[in-house]
This record gives sequence, C-alpha cells and structure tokens, in this order.
Amino acid sequence: MRLSKGSVRMAVAMTVLLVGFIATYVAAQAAPRAKVIKMSSKRFEYAPANLRLKKGEPVVLQLTTKDVVMGFNLPEFNVRADIVPDQVAQVSFVPDKAGTFTFICDVFCGEGHERMQGTITVVD
Amino acid sequence: MKRINRRDFLKLTGLGSIGVVLSSALPGVAQAHGDDEFVFIQLSDSHWGFEGAPNPDAKGTLQKAVRSVNSLEAQPDFLVFTGDLTHTTDNPLERRRRMAEFKQIVSELKVKNVRFMPGEHDASLDNGKAFQEFFGATHYSFDHKGVHFIALDNVSDPRALIGEEQLTWLAADLKQRKPEDPIVVFTHRPLFDLAPQWDWATRDGAKAVELLMPYKNVTVFYGHIHQEHHHMTGHIAHHAAKGLMFALPAPGSQPNRTPVPWDPAAPYKGLGFRSVDADLDEVRYEITEYPVIKA
Repeated sequence: MRLSKGSVRMAVAMTVLLVGFIATYVAAQAAPRAKVIKMSSKRFEYAPANLRLKKGEPVVLQLTTKDVVMGFNLPEFNVRADIVPDQVAQVSFVPDKAGTFTFICDVFCGEGHERMQGTITVVD
Repeated sequence: MKRINRRDFLKLTGLGSIGVVLSSALPGVAQAHGDDEFVFIQLSDSHWGFEGAPNPDAKGTLQKAVRSVNSLEAQPDFLVFTGDLTHTTDNPLERRRRMAEFKQIVSELKVKNVRFMPGEHDASLDNGKAFQEFFGATHYSFDHKGVHFIALDNVSDPRALIGEEQLTWLAADLKQRKPEDPIVVFTHRPLFDLAPQWDWATRDGAKAVELLMPYKNVTVFYGHIHQEHHHMTGHIAHHAAKGLMFALPAPGSQPNRTPVPWDPAAPYKGLGFRSVDADLDEVRYEITEYPVIKA
C-alpha cells in the first residue's frame, strides 16, 4: 500500500507531538515540586518575615496584603512583585546559593516603610 | 589674601587633566569666576521633621547649613535641594506643616535663585501633591549660562519609577540638545543600581541613562544616600551628596541601612553640602565639599 505525501506528513507530525508530550511529562515528573509559601504583608511588616529554604529546592511565594500596595524585592535572586490589596502576587525562583539574603518593600508605603524587610536563609 | 581663580588652582595642583575635580574646602583659596564659569550649591536630604538619636540637633542643623552657605565668600548663582526636604509622615497636614517650616528656614538664604526637587519622603505618599503646592513642578529643565539642567522626578511614583510619561518628556527635551551640549541632571535616587537591597536604585533608571548616553557631556548629581559617592555609567558621572540630618553607611556595607550613630566627639560628622564650579570652557565640574559648620 502506498501512503500519500499528506498522510506521511501527518504521521511525522503526530510522532513529533507524541515524543514532545512524553518528554515534557517525564521532565515534569523528574523535577522537584515547588514549595509553596504564603506570605501576608501589612504596613510595615511581612509574616513570616524570616524564611528558611533549602538550596536548589524551587519555591513559590504567594504574597498578599489587605491595606495598601506593597512591594516584595529580593534582589539577590532577581525576584520582585507588587502586592496589590486583595490580590495574590506570585513569585517563583530556585534558591541556588546558600546564605542569608534580605528582601525589602520597594513601594514607599508610609512612615515605617524603610524598616519593612525580612530575610531568606538558604541552607545546603 | 591672594585670590587665585579655579583654573590657576588646578594648574598649581596638577589636577587640570581630569573631568571632575573633587576637593575639600580650602581656607585661603578664594575663587574668582569668569564668564565661562559659575558656581551652584547642592544641598540634600534635610529631612525636616525628623527626630531621633542620629541627630540631637535635628531642629537646628538646617539653619546652620543655611548660615554656612550664606557665609561663603563667593556666593553661588543658584542652589538646588535634591530631595527629602522633609521627613515623611502619614499625616497630610503635618507634611504641609513641615514643608512650610522648611520653606521659611531656607528663605533666609542670601541667594534667592533656589531650585527644589522632591524625595520619596516628600512625595511618595501623595504622588507629589503637597510638594507641588509648596515648591512647584517635580520635574523640569532650565538653562543657565550655557549648561542645560534637567531635574528628574524618580520619587512621586512610590514604586521608584520615572515613568513612561516623564521619559517621553525627557526624550523630547534631549532632542533639542546637540551631542556636545553640557547637560547636568538632578535626581533624588540614583539612576543606577547602587544597592537595590537597600532600595538605592530607580527601577527604570536605566531607561533615562540610555536616553542620556548619546550626549557627550552629561553629569548627574543626586541625593538619597546621605553620603558622598561617585560612580560612572559609561562616560556619565554620578555624584551623590551628603545629607543634612543624618549620615548613612556605605552602600551594602551592613544588613540594614540604619543611620550612622551621632558622634558626640565629632558632631555633624558626615553631614554637609557641596559647591559645584562649572567650567564651560573645558566642560567640567569642580566639586567642593563643605561641612554643616566650620570646623
């Protein structure tokens, strides 16, 4: 039986898609699941303000506030977000170096803004 | 006392070949200025309304700085305050009271050509509304004796953004300049990432620097960090000024940006203002740092 050129192209495309799907599935299963941490903020503090993370373990921070627009800025990992009241801001990163790193509010939010900060300690 | 002018002084000290000359206040060196030179004074971060251990003379330091400026032998053509005129308060009425008091104190300056800019303490909680009521526009440009001055506002947006609207204005302003025109930029925050972990940055500052980059003679004077600091982005020099209320530690030198403690043995240490001697002939600026009070 001879296949038409169109049928061959279709078969190749389906094969490529299938291989891609399997590869993605396998990679997703192999990758460590991100640790999800909820963090609330209010003028002029975060809760929790001090986090302890494991090096190499992906993390997702879910940030909320109930009063005014805040910022979350962790320059060492090039991570930042605006935290808007009654919305969930989400940042994802992989802490790939050990140490203690400061995050700050980088949206000027009032008299105590300059002391609004916390730390992330990454351990091996 | 023999008067020598700035250029003679540079020749004597062998400093004539660098673009910006930094010096301390030199007793006995009076400056005479020709048509191609002028002086302006930069004052910054007076934080009027601040109270606390970092400055036991919080209610008197600004007045002392005003008297010191007035006592300079060569009075400047103009003065610029590069932000944080007042210390922040959540109370809009108190904010205006502090601005009124600040304005009254600096009205004692002999030189009446005074330019004001906001800092985040003045403007970030109301997008510059109170500042504009007392001091006018938060960004503007003007020309003085051949130098084009641009005051950029990177504080009225509490996110430390200049913003697209102002950047468009900046681009249009610069379009009217020739590549070799002398340009001086005033800002409050640094336009570059000096210490982002201390919020010593402007989120879109790189866009402003990119707009300025085609111009050969650009110099930036800013405040915010309460200390003298000098940095280059390409050929553009950035000079931070001391504050007039409390000093802050060197960028990133400790976990928190807490004020440097007041030293009773050396009161007002780390506080001061500067004069900038603009030499149009060679397009360069001599910076002289002055203490709040004479030693």
